[in-house]
Amino acid sequence: MLLIPCPYCETSRPEIEFRHAGEAHVARPLDPETAGDKTWSEYLYFRANPKGVIAERWRHVSGCGRFFNCLRDTISDKILTTYRAGEPRPDPQAPKETGR
Amino acid sequence: MSQRFRLSAGGRIDRGRPLEFTFDGKSYSGYHGDTLASALVANGVKLVGRSYKYHRPRGLLSAGAEEPNALVGLVEGPGRFTPNLRATQIPLTQGLVARSQNRWPSLKYDMGGVNDALSPLFSAGFYYKTFMGPNWFGKNWAWLNVFEPIVRRAAGLGAAPTEPDPDCYAQYFEHCDVLVVGSGPAGLAAAKSAALSGARVILCDDSLEFGGSLLSEAHATIDGVAAQVWLSSTLAELAALPNVRLMPRTQAFGYYAENFLGLAEIVSAQEREANPDAPRERLWQVRAREVVLACGAIERPLVFPDNDRPGVMLADSARVFLRRHGAQVGKRVVIATAHDSAYRVALDLHGAGVEVAGIFDLRDSADGEQPRRAREAGLTIVTGARIAGALGKLAVSAAKVETASGTQTISCDALLVSGGWTPSVHLHSQSRGKVVWDEARGIFLPGASVQRERSAGACKGEFGLGEALNSGALAGAEAARATGFAAAAAAYTTENAPDTLGGFLGDASGAGADQAKAFVDFQNDVCAKDIRLAVREGMRSIEHVKRYTTTGMATDQGKTSNLNALAIAAKALDVPLPQVGLTTFRQPYTPVSFGAFAGASRGDLFDPIRRTAIHDWAEEHGAAFEDVGLWKRAWYFARRGEDMHAAVARECRRTRETVGLFDASTLGKIEVVGPDAAKLLEKLYTNPWAKLEVGRCRYGVMLNEQGFIMDDGVIARLAPDRFHVTTTTGGAARVLHHMEDYLQTEFPELKVWLTSTSEQWAVIAVQGPRARDLIAPFVEGIDLSREAMPHMSLREGRFCGAPTRLMRVSFTGELGFEINIAPEYARSIWAALWDAGRDMDAVAYGTEAMHVMRAEKGYIIVGQDTDGTMTPADAGLEWAIGKAKKDFVGKRSLRRPDMIAPNRKQLVGLFTDDARLVLGEGAQIVAKRGSTQAIGHVTSAYASPALGRSIALAVVESGRSRMGEGLFVRLGDAAIPVSVTDPIFYDKKGTRLDG
Repeated sequence: MLLIPCPYCETSRPEIEFRHAGEAHVARPLDPETAGDKTWSEYLYFRANPKGVIAERWRHVSGCGRFFNCLRDTISDKILTTYRAGEPRPDPQAPKETGR
Repeated sequence: MSQRFRLSAGGRIDRGRPLEFTFDGKSYSGYHGDTLASALVANGVKLVGRSYKYHRPRGLLSAGAEEPNALVGLVEGPGRFTPNLRATQIPLTQGLVARSQNRWPSLKYDMGGVNDALSPLFSAGFYYKTFMGPNWFGKNWAWLNVFEPIVRRAAGLGAAPTEPDPDCYAQYFEHCDVLVVGSGPAGLAAAKSAALSGARVILCDDSLEFGGSLLSEAHATIDGVAAQVWLSSTLAELAALPNVRLMPRTQAFGYYAENFLGLAEIVSAQEREANPDAPRERLWQVRAREVVLACGAIERPLVFPDNDRPGVMLADSARVFLRRHGAQVGKRVVIATAHDSAYRVALDLHGAGVEVAGIFDLRDSADGEQPRRAREAGLTIVTGARIAGALGKLAVSAAKVETASGTQTISCDALLVSGGWTPSVHLHSQSRGKVVWDEARGIFLPGASVQRERSAGACKGEFGLGEALNSGALAGAEAARATGFAAAAAAYTTENAPDTLGGFLGDASGAGADQAKAFVDFQNDVCAKDIRLAVREGMRSIEHVKRYTTTGMATDQGKTSNLNALAIAAKALDVPLPQVGLTTFRQPYTPVSFGAFAGASRGDLFDPIRRTAIHDWAEEHGAAFEDVGLWKRAWYFARRGEDMHAAVARECRRTRETVGLFDASTLGKIEVVGPDAAKLLEKLYTNPWAKLEVGRCRYGVMLNEQGFIMDDGVIARLAPDRFHVTTTTGGAARVLHHMEDYLQTEFPELKVWLTSTSEQWAVIAVQGPRARDLIAPFVEGIDLSREAMPHMSLREGRFCGAPTRLMRVSFTGELGFEINIAPEYARSIWAALWDAGRDMDAVAYGTEAMHVMRAEKGYIIVGQDTDGTMTPADAGLEWAIGKAKKDFVGKRSLRRPDMIAPNRKQLVGLFTDDARLVLGEGAQIVAKRGSTQAIGHVTSAYASPALGRSIALAVVESGRSRMGEGLFVRLGDAAIPVSVTDPIFYDKKGTRLDG
């Protein structure tokens, strides 16, 4: 079971407290009505699914209830870092210190 | 004769505490401290089971967790039957009853043994080949009619228990600084150096006793004292430390992410006798900051013809039975080995009065310290020998060996074999650590750690006693230091513990001729020739060979067989062994009972049950209940003599005639509060909300971003900045999650607070033409008149004196109210309404009548009439879309080409030609009789009391353009004629809503 550092609670908690919520940084187009079919369908359905580092969303559903972002290596299943929603994607090579 | 293979002294058994037990109905005796296996050895029982595929007679191969053959069923009274336990790990108890498996009618005369003679039919890949044919009398005829019935009857190990398990199982979470797995010399030394530093230490071992190889050590000394003395003083020292938890009979079965390990503890008989409430097993989920793996090594068998005869045993296991249990595996043994350690076995047996008829070494020379001592003791030693077979059927009677002087047959009652030692790298591998091949010694060793773990002792290839102790001490100290404790590693000196060397992999040349059964995997009956066949038939990777032959796929996961299988495959492929690959080690290390995983989650505790405040009233009034998510909902209230159909018809009729009461408490409720509350709802529902007046309600449709209907419900405005949102019963949590998601991540600028209030409001729906008359006497502070409180409005006031949010809404098409009330008042208010309703012939109705009445009105149920691919237009809900709204979640998707395609499935009503026939929900709809091309399906179907005929809702391609068209609903091979109609069957104009 993964240990996930919640960037709001600033503590690492077991995976069962969290709920995965898909890829991160997939921003909803600001004006959906002007988005073309291709742009819109890519926003809806196209995801990166990388072999390696992925940015993904989690929600601390049995804790503070907040959505946050996480960098995870899909090969090793290691969580590299977590950060608050709205913050830019950090450099995975220099993971910031997270609370334990 | 009783226990004629038992020594009069020695071992760790208590001869003062004799125990009686039965095996296959026959009584035997043993002693406290025995395992079932050692007691059988002491009684001279060689035959303990039949093999999985060929039903070959089998005996004990080992003395430990790696045992592939001696799987037995343990009978401990009603409901307490456990199949597939390893006899080597079952502690002997008074009155124990064990049964052999895989045989009929008896172990000695087994009908399934015919499989052995028929074995040419059951070659490797047998299942794949028969799955694919032969097609004797048509496609797959042979498989369906011949093989599958046979395979189904014969398949599987043991028999599943048939009664509920009366025991309880406990589950715990635990944390520690250092977890040490394995209590041999390395594990004990590791635990000691970590524990003395003050670190919190857990030491676990799957055996009944701590000590590992030390338990059978008779000669070596550690720091000047006998190994067994060192063992007891070390254990006493550890037991006295408050920061140490000692866990014998506890298997570390799995190593998961972030140093999370699963431990399965078998609770001791003593504890269970002292405390009848003690669980049978405990599952420990341990998060360890650091882990030391001291899992030891497993001896390998040799691969030669008929190497599975009962009495053929791993050499060191004979020493374990001798030293720990004072039991001789035979009176005259032959030893075949490729490793020095078997000489130590020979010396120990020789010293205990067992005749060692000869040691046959596959190697050309044996010059180690132990062989030298064996020579000094006058034992017969032949090097450069080859083991050509075991004779005997139900028990080994002789060994056939080939030496420079020719082939000899040497009589014996036990044939002890050793191909050397395989480090147990299972847990290291489970932790995602790689293994590396040690070419010189022919073993895989743990490579770099991926998690916070390190190996020590034999599992790291450090086989010598001194080596293991010092490796363990260092590992324990290192682990403790990594958690912040100042730990030092002791340095141990040992004497009289000479290193042993050697090893052999695969099958000896010629030993596995293709007619012979030279077993590699004993539990799955895989022979050397099967692996060669797999290679001939094109398997190249061990992953393919494994699946084709099933080698290593039994419950023992190939503990004794994997390396031999790899070596044989590598030789057949003519490639270096590491190139064939190594299969992945899976959890669990040895099987764990379902009970341990289930824990308390059974019966009433399997899943939480949610009951409404009115549940007990419904139960007292004869309600049948249905499960809706975790909720128990009253389904219908049958009176004496009524079946469900009659009860539902009565409930519907009376509600439409007078008034009905319905418990709608399970509806999801969310309070949406804040200056931007209306703005958020504008974004999340298709409907407009900005201009909804305070005190009014609106039916809302929620889409996901893909444009599909996700949920629906009535939303009321309590104040400019406060809404009472209702959701479907099953959708409550999902809707709140969806709202939070958009609020937190897409529209964080909105000032809104969301609170689940599902449990804060009980809801009593009062529906029917006399609904207003029924509730009026109880209402305070609300004008109920048609003008003052129109359809789709909400008023706050008091009901029976309790604060209420009274909504005028209808899910039946009748005049209706929903009384939201605090749950603590709900039952008494319901009872008051029920009493008052007597004069009006009021009825209580359940979810079935609710379903029927809403279907008569064409109201959809999200999840029943929609399936996650329905747009508002598909469901006939375009009217609920705010046309002037610039954006809402899902809006843009509704313009995508596929979403406006003309042939989309649309919600329609169906009338069967035969008015009495109620269609099946989910049934496929076709355009022509006999067609198999579905153009839609039935989503809801009921007998409608209001119409006096059957009705159905369905989704059909271009359904709304087919009004009046005749279609067919498939029911088995029949096609039921139906015609398409409007989905609103009753009171199309909605006049009844006003009562």
